[in-house]
Amino acid sequence: MSAEWPLWEVFIRGQHGMAHRHVGSLHAADAEMAVKNARDVYTRRNEGVSIWVVEARHIAASSPSDKGPLYEPATSKVYRHPTFFDIPDDVGAM
Amino acid sequence: MYAQMVKSDVGQDDPARLAAFQARIDAGEKIEPKDWMPEGYRKTLIRQIGQHAHSEIVGQLPEGNWITRAPSLERKAILLAKVQDEAGHGRYLYCAAETLGVSRDALTEMLIDGRMKYSSIFNYPTLTWADMGAVGWLVDGAAIMNQVPLQRTSFGPYARAMIRVCKEESFHQRQGFDIMMKMAKGTAAQKKMAQDALNRFWFPSLMMFGPSDKDSVHSAQSMAWKIKMNTNDELRQKFVDQTVPQAAYLGLTVPDDTIAWNAAKGGYDFAEPDWSEFFDVLKGNGPCNSERIAARRKAWEDGAWVRAGMLAHAEKKKARKMAAE
Repeated sequence: MSAEWPLWEVFIRGQHGMAHRHVGSLHAADAEMAVKNARDVYTRRNEGVSIWVVEARHIAASSPSDKGPLYEPATSKVYRHPTFFDIPDDVGAM
Repeated sequence: MYAQMVKSDVGQDDPARLAAFQARIDAGEKIEPKDWMPEGYRKTLIRQIGQHAHSEIVGQLPEGNWITRAPSLERKAILLAKVQDEAGHGRYLYCAAETLGVSRDALTEMLIDGRMKYSSIFNYPTLTWADMGAVGWLVDGAAIMNQVPLQRTSFGPYARAMIRVCKEESFHQRQGFDIMMKMAKGTAAQKKMAQDALNRFWFPSLMMFGPSDKDSVHSAQSMAWKIKMNTNDELRQKFVDQTVPQAAYLGLTVPDDTIAWNAAKGGYDFAEPDWSEFFDVLKGNGPCNSERIAARRKAWEDGAWVRAGMLAHAEKKKARKMAAE
């Protein structure tokens, strides 16, 4: 026996209408087992109402070295934030 | 502490990259799996997280011993939940180690063939039901001392695993203390069992923190990398200061005549454990070392056909589904 069960990444939706959030990973032979294992490993205390699993090898990720080209363009565009604009107090809430 | 005497590796990395890496850690940034890291950092973490994970898994064995013999259905259900948590903690930690490029199966094999260690504490037997109390109260109590600061460790996946573990761990310590309270306030025979459990687990619990490391180069490197947050002596002192009043509350006596409050240092003075015993247990000569590894090996080998069978079945199902589409 040398083949290892594939690695799955687990995403759980918490109780309060939130988005699914990455919680960790686990090994399972197939998707059905991955969901069952995720139930046992990540929701023993009612941490979730819904589970997503995806095989880790199917996830495409950005590379840490692309951090500059990817995110720096946004830092100079401060006008994208509402606080950039001064609205006089007389105008009221906006 | 579930990781003891972890040696740090110092690799042959480019000094400029090393300095930049250290600056990130000093600034409180988390290191994530795909970030550049020194080889020594990676290797030391694999050793530390792996040892921590193995301790959670092997730590199920002394308690699993009492699941079928728990004194009531409620105690049995609680102990079962606790042991299941330990399995979960092992899983969180193996996941964190795997992000560093070591496979789960390789970690398990290194445990079984003795290349990797687990905490010395799990090489002691659990002889009576009171030991379930002492293990939860003292052993999990000592583990919490170490794990709480590790929630701030520099490696992201390890820190996140520790956050999950800490959330669950305080249930473990409280259930242990609850057992001790019942026993200590019970019949004379029960109180005697509680005292006996404290007598046997006190010094092995102090050993969990490892020997004094104030002059250790490995500890200095690990602390600079923020994968070790406190010295062994600091954590041991904190543990003693917390535990001695709890023992007094239980009406039990800590098996150390030298314990005395030291107002100048704001903590208790206490006797060191017998470190020759500690090194002997690490070498494999504790009361239960061979039993623990034999149990892990048996589970691993007996489960081989199940792991292979489940995988073959999953592949067959996948092929059938593809053919139908």
